[in-house]
Amino acid sequence: METSKKNKAGSAARIGVLKTYKLYVDGKFPRTESGRYFIFKDTKGTALANICVASRKDFRDAVVAARKAQPSWAARSAYNKGQILYRIAEMLEDRRPQFVAELQQQGLAAKAAEEEVSVAVDRLVYYAGWSDKYQQVFSAVNPVESSHFNFSLPEPTGVVSMIAPEESGLVGLVSVIAPAIVGGNVVVVLASEQYPLTAITFSEVLHTSDLPGGVVNILTGTRKELVGHFTNHMDVNATVYCGSEAGHIKTVEENSALNVKRPFVYTTDNWKSEEMQSPYRIMDLQEIKTTWHPIGK
Amino acid sequence: MRETRSALRYSVTESPAIDQVGVDERVSRMTKRSIKKESKLQALKLAMSMLDLTTLEAKDTPGKVRQLCIKAMHPHDLLPGIPAVAAVCVYPNLVRVAKETLEGSGVKVAAVATAFPSGMSTRKMKLEETRWAVGEGADEIDMVISRGQFLAGEYNFVFDEIAAVKEACGAAHLKVILETGELSTLDNVRRASDLAMNAGADFIKTSTGKIQPAATLPVTLVMLEAIRDYYYTTGKMIGMKPAGGIATAKLALQYLVMVRETLGQDWLNPDWFRFGASSLANDLLMQIVKEHTGVYQSIDYFSKD
Repeated sequence: METSKKNKAGSAARIGVLKTYKLYVDGKFPRTESGRYFIFKDTKGTALANICVASRKDFRDAVVAARKAQPSWAARSAYNKGQILYRIAEMLEDRRPQFVAELQQQGLAAKAAEEEVSVAVDRLVYYAGWSDKYQQVFSAVNPVESSHFNFSLPEPTGVVSMIAPEESGLVGLVSVIAPAIVGGNVVVVLASEQYPLTAITFSEVLHTSDLPGGVVNILTGTRKELVGHFTNHMDVNATVYCGSEAGHIKTVEENSALNVKRPFVYTTDNWKSEEMQSPYRIMDLQEIKTTWHPIGK
Repeated sequence: MRETRSALRYSVTESPAIDQVGVDERVSRMTKRSIKKESKLQALKLAMSMLDLTTLEAKDTPGKVRQLCIKAMHPHDLLPGIPAVAAVCVYPNLVRVAKETLEGSGVKVAAVATAFPSGMSTRKMKLEETRWAVGEGADEIDMVISRGQFLAGEYNFVFDEIAAVKEACGAAHLKVILETGELSTLDNVRRASDLAMNAGADFIKTSTGKIQPAATLPVTLVMLEAIRDYYYTTGKMIGMKPAGGIATAKLALQYLVMVRETLGQDWLNPDWFRFGASSLANDLLMQIVKEHTGVYQSIDYFSKD
């Protein structure tokens, strides 16, 4: 905004360079194939950016990328996944001023913006810590009557589509993505419709955090158009929906029946609260595998 | 033997030079056609019927070939109206297994021969292998040309070899693999195409699938144009088979557009155009089912070849 004032002032002025906010798919930043966009305005009504309105096909491309990335991501050691999550936290911390500024452009007060970034960073560190622990806590050796060594352990569900929280542009986003990927899942996320800036800037953080391409894919667009497509794709194994619109929830639940994907609906509007970080959020997107191993008496 | 073939001949000067920039330009235009709804569904099914479902691995077993043959005859029975594929393509020692499994289905058996994929063997062995594969029941023979000799300019050697293999094929159709990935230039692709057609090929085929790059759209366009020019000169139709690297339905449709716009409707059937592929089958099926249900599909719900 300062640059435009200087422009009016005269000769020393230069033309400001506005950032192009694009999608994040397969570790790249493509524009939407549909060519559609809407203009994002800050609270004063100044146009800040053109935001892509992603289409069904963008979602499809993202699912293909996610599916491709899933096996190798799940195969990484718990230690390595934890390192990468911690690295994301480091990079987010490093860009704190940028995120604070963007959150303010999206309407948050300075203090609230600072707090939002802090909680997001802490949450990433929290889940990074759980990376090599949740398996131990939720695995079990089961007593069985036959001569078998019987044990159960969690394994990732697979490809997860997510409709991120609408109100909380950064913490909400981090709170759904982190527990999913730390558990070896890969995600395709629809960012907040009202507050998309931080989501795309967050994808730049992901991009510089040693996270392999395709593990997290972030789209911007409208819930109304995409909620059906996010939930009926046969190659998606679980859906996370954050919000409380009855029509959307019905769509999520009905479409999930198509290939028995796991639907999760979170209606909370306070994503900053301690309750929204929990190892049970990791376990939501895990399948329990039980093995019967024959042993001699 | 040579005397009998002297009626056929080819001189490298007959082949025109290829303008690579022009080829790329034409290809990029052809990839932008929009095919939707009913036309797309029809094109997907057509592509399915043009498949040479292929397994060419050293670890192939009779069991794997039988499984592939079942897939060839019944690609996806959950949805009625999906055609069987054109042929199953295997190594010569598995031809009999394929032939028995496909008995009465109308699906043909293609065998690779002539020391596939390298072609590094003597002519005597190549001809013997060809005759043996035909004796086992192969309806079609996919031969490789001697790229070393071709690149060294020994065109007569390659010409005679193709003609000899054609003779050994008897009633079986002969597809000549140029292995364009090793021919370096589009000029060479055009020369090899002209040479193969003049020497008696029924089909010309891009690649073995063992060398990268395999089939590409520009190479295929050059070969299709060679087929067109040959048709204008001699009135004889030659088939085309791109093979290797065609894994998505979208790409397959672009090939069909290219055939339609270069050679016309007459070539748009399994008698004159084939895809050599394996994973393409499931992608075509997923797209066909998607057109019916409106929902994007997962590989989890389709048989593995």
